[in-house]
Amino acid sequence: MSIDARIAENQPESFAFTSENEAEIKRIVAKYPKGRQASAVMPLLDLAQRQHDNWIPMAAIELIAKKLDMAEIRVLEVATFYTMFNLKPVGKYFLQACTTTPCWLRGSDNMMRCIKDRFGISSGETSACGRFSLLEVECLGACVNAPILQVNDDFYEDLDYASTGALLDALEADTPLPVGSVTGRSGSEATGGATSLSALKPAE
Amino acid sequence: MPKLTVNGVEVEVEDGSTVLHACEEAGVEIPRFCYHDRLSIAGNCRMCLVDMERAPKPVASCAMPAGEGMVIRTDTDRVKKAREGVMEFLLINHPLDCPICDQGGECDLQDQAMGYGFDSSRYEENKRAVEDKHMGPLISTTMTRCIHCTRCVRFATEVAGVPELGAIGRGENMEITTYLEKTLASELSANVIDLCPVGALTSKPYAFAARPWELSKTESVDVMDAVGSNIRVDARGAQVMRVLPRLNEDINEEWISDKTRYAIDGLRRQRLDRPYIRGRDGKLSPASWDEAFTVIAAKMKKAKPAAIAAITGDQCDAESMFALKTLFDKLGSGSIDCRQDGTKIGGARAGYLFNSTIAGIDEADALLIIGSNPRTEAAVLNARIRRNWLSTRMPVGVVGPEMDLTYDAENLGDDPAILADILSGKSKFAAKLKRAKRPMIIIGMGALARNDGGAILGQAHAIADAYGVVAGDWNGFNVLHNAASRVAGLDLGLTPGRGGLDVDGIYKAASADKLDLVWLHAADEIEEAMFEKTFVVYQGHHGDRGAHVADVILPGAAYTEKDGIYLNTEGRVQYAARATFPPGEAREDWTIIRALAGRLGINLGFDTIDELRGAMFELVPHFADRDEIKPARWAKFGSKTKMTSDAVGTAVETFHMTCAISRASETMGQCLMALQADAARDAAE
Repeated sequence: MSIDARIAENQPESFAFTSENEAEIKRIVAKYPKGRQASAVMPLLDLAQRQHDNWIPMAAIELIAKKLDMAEIRVLEVATFYTMFNLKPVGKYFLQACTTTPCWLRGSDNMMRCIKDRFGISSGETSACGRFSLLEVECLGACVNAPILQVNDDFYEDLDYASTGALLDALEADTPLPVGSVTGRSGSEATGGATSLSALKPAE
Repeated sequence: MPKLTVNGVEVEVEDGSTVLHACEEAGVEIPRFCYHDRLSIAGNCRMCLVDMERAPKPVASCAMPAGEGMVIRTDTDRVKKAREGVMEFLLINHPLDCPICDQGGECDLQDQAMGYGFDSSRYEENKRAVEDKHMGPLISTTMTRCIHCTRCVRFATEVAGVPELGAIGRGENMEITTYLEKTLASELSANVIDLCPVGALTSKPYAFAARPWELSKTESVDVMDAVGSNIRVDARGAQVMRVLPRLNEDINEEWISDKTRYAIDGLRRQRLDRPYIRGRDGKLSPASWDEAFTVIAAKMKKAKPAAIAAITGDQCDAESMFALKTLFDKLGSGSIDCRQDGTKIGGARAGYLFNSTIAGIDEADALLIIGSNPRTEAAVLNARIRRNWLSTRMPVGVVGPEMDLTYDAENLGDDPAILADILSGKSKFAAKLKRAKRPMIIIGMGALARNDGGAILGQAHAIADAYGVVAGDWNGFNVLHNAASRVAGLDLGLTPGRGGLDVDGIYKAASADKLDLVWLHAADEIEEAMFEKTFVVYQGHHGDRGAHVADVILPGAAYTEKDGIYLNTEGRVQYAARATFPPGEAREDWTIIRALAGRLGINLGFDTIDELRGAMFELVPHFADRDEIKPARWAKFGSKTKMTSDAVGTAVETFHMTCAISRASETMGQCLMALQADAARDAAE
């Protein structure tokens, strides 16, 4: 995949950080020793992505390179290395589905199938309505509540075909469900309820 | 100095060495792809795995520091298996297209697969395919062959100083590319072709031209600039197919500039392959040697000695310059000049040599550049300055125009008066020079090839005296030449003798029609218009500016077509060797002058090149010391006259076209156009 295939076809002419973000950049860069400002490249890319509808235009990459006194190619290297940085526009709801072994064992295929059935999209694609994008990702680090679907910054856990459908319904209606396990368990509690240390349970 | 054991042999290596160095020290070959002596350590190819005692698994020897008492083995079954494994993984995605790959026959992957690989592949799935990238007119890419060693990325970033190459994506999707596929804007870019251990980056002008085993290889010296890079000229039959660098730690290490490498296609175009005589109709028509000599002899016999003059060009060998000088001495003319750009140098040797030597750049701790752009005038030398700057961040000041030298340089302005400020200590840079223990001055032709060049040279001499640029065994006063023949010419005394004219004098006399004959010896950087009224003999190899004004053309040999002695800007004596024969009726230059002398009834005192060299060594004994430098004693030079306030410029505007050969080169033209196109695109944005 050449660079042209990795980045958006329609690039904005220019990019500028908002004044709040400019202040934030000052704060971030100050964390690193003098001359090591290049270390701030990832937080800055993240800021740019958040500011720019969840994707980073090339103008932002060039701006960040200039701000951090880096070669443009160095910033592009970082931006293409991490799947978390989007170089193409994505939908309002950016779905990152974990399909690594624990999630897969716990039925991530069903979750993927549900999304496919609903929007007809596979990994790396955006729905016809333009509001949903799907990306298959590696382990999201919440295996105890597998399978996981990350929607923008939030994790939805313990999904199966039906609950994925319900989650997508809610998102389509712009009324997101509460974050966390869709089965209602708190954190990573055992699914069948607490079986030990019950004596330590605080009185209700 | 840690001591360690490699395959039972005890070796002692320097502090900071790696296990790989220790293995080499012990005479054990370690296969590698990503590791390179002159680049930072990446450790990503895993080909150099060795067994280390008490290590649970094989270690990458290139990245493992050598430690006291280490016991290394490279001959165990585990190492053999590890190498076979790495090879198998590398070959999984490498195409089996060796028969159509230009790297075939000189490919590290091919050789190492043969030496350390497994005999067959177990991989049956589809191979990865990668789109080719655009990297300009010199580098041809076949990125499917890339094994991700990142040598090219590290070279561009570290040595060339143009961080434009990078690896985007990751894992199987990793790809090497320039930012938005721009041309790699470096004068050293084509060295990545040599560095590439596989056929991913190959030479575009040389694509599918020849196989390494059908080329005859001649070790020679480059004349595109005054660095004197050591090169190997690969020829097939009568044609020079390619030029590759030859290792010389004191000069070019193992790099050469793109011009050195690729101007050679200019050797095939615009060549003078037979004598020409300008007829009454003003047109040049082919003639025989005999006819040409008859015309010249008739003119010379009639001419007064004082009305004959000669200018020698930038790429002449010492032998032909010596022959011409001898001829002019015998004729009784002192009007001979090897400084066709009108440089005000000569006299004391210390005043025209790169005294610190090129290797001496490594020791400098402050640098003042006057009227020179080392990046375009001596790209390989500039890489050495950059390396010093990278490790020491030495202060660099420039008197001249604003330019990007690939390292931080403080522009002090382009008014020659700044030199006086530095001398008096008024300039801020003076303090930095003062603090330095081994300060260095590089003065270029941009400052010396002007009417007040002598005054600027004198001023630089004064600065050198005032700031300890010459102290003890250190002489940091350096003149950076652009012409490969200049130092030899000055050593041979090709400057006006008593009553003789220099280049400016020759111009003036010629335009006033006071000269009977001007001999242009491959001199092409001249003002042609000055010679319209004068009878001009042009001896050279290309139909360039000099040939345009010539009345008689004598076809000579280019640098790859004759044995010759060249002195680089340091004054290092180097021998170039003939790789091919001159085209058509063209002859080696000294023989042309010898033959004409015979026609004139003048005995030059030599009939063979050995006799010529013998006579030359009597005049300049140090020319006999091959690869040596005769150090120059610090002396007085330069003049105390006033400087003008004209801005100090640099001598080389366009790196790619500086001589008759590079101007005739199609490849150099393409490079120039590619860079201009990128510059125009940047300007439009």
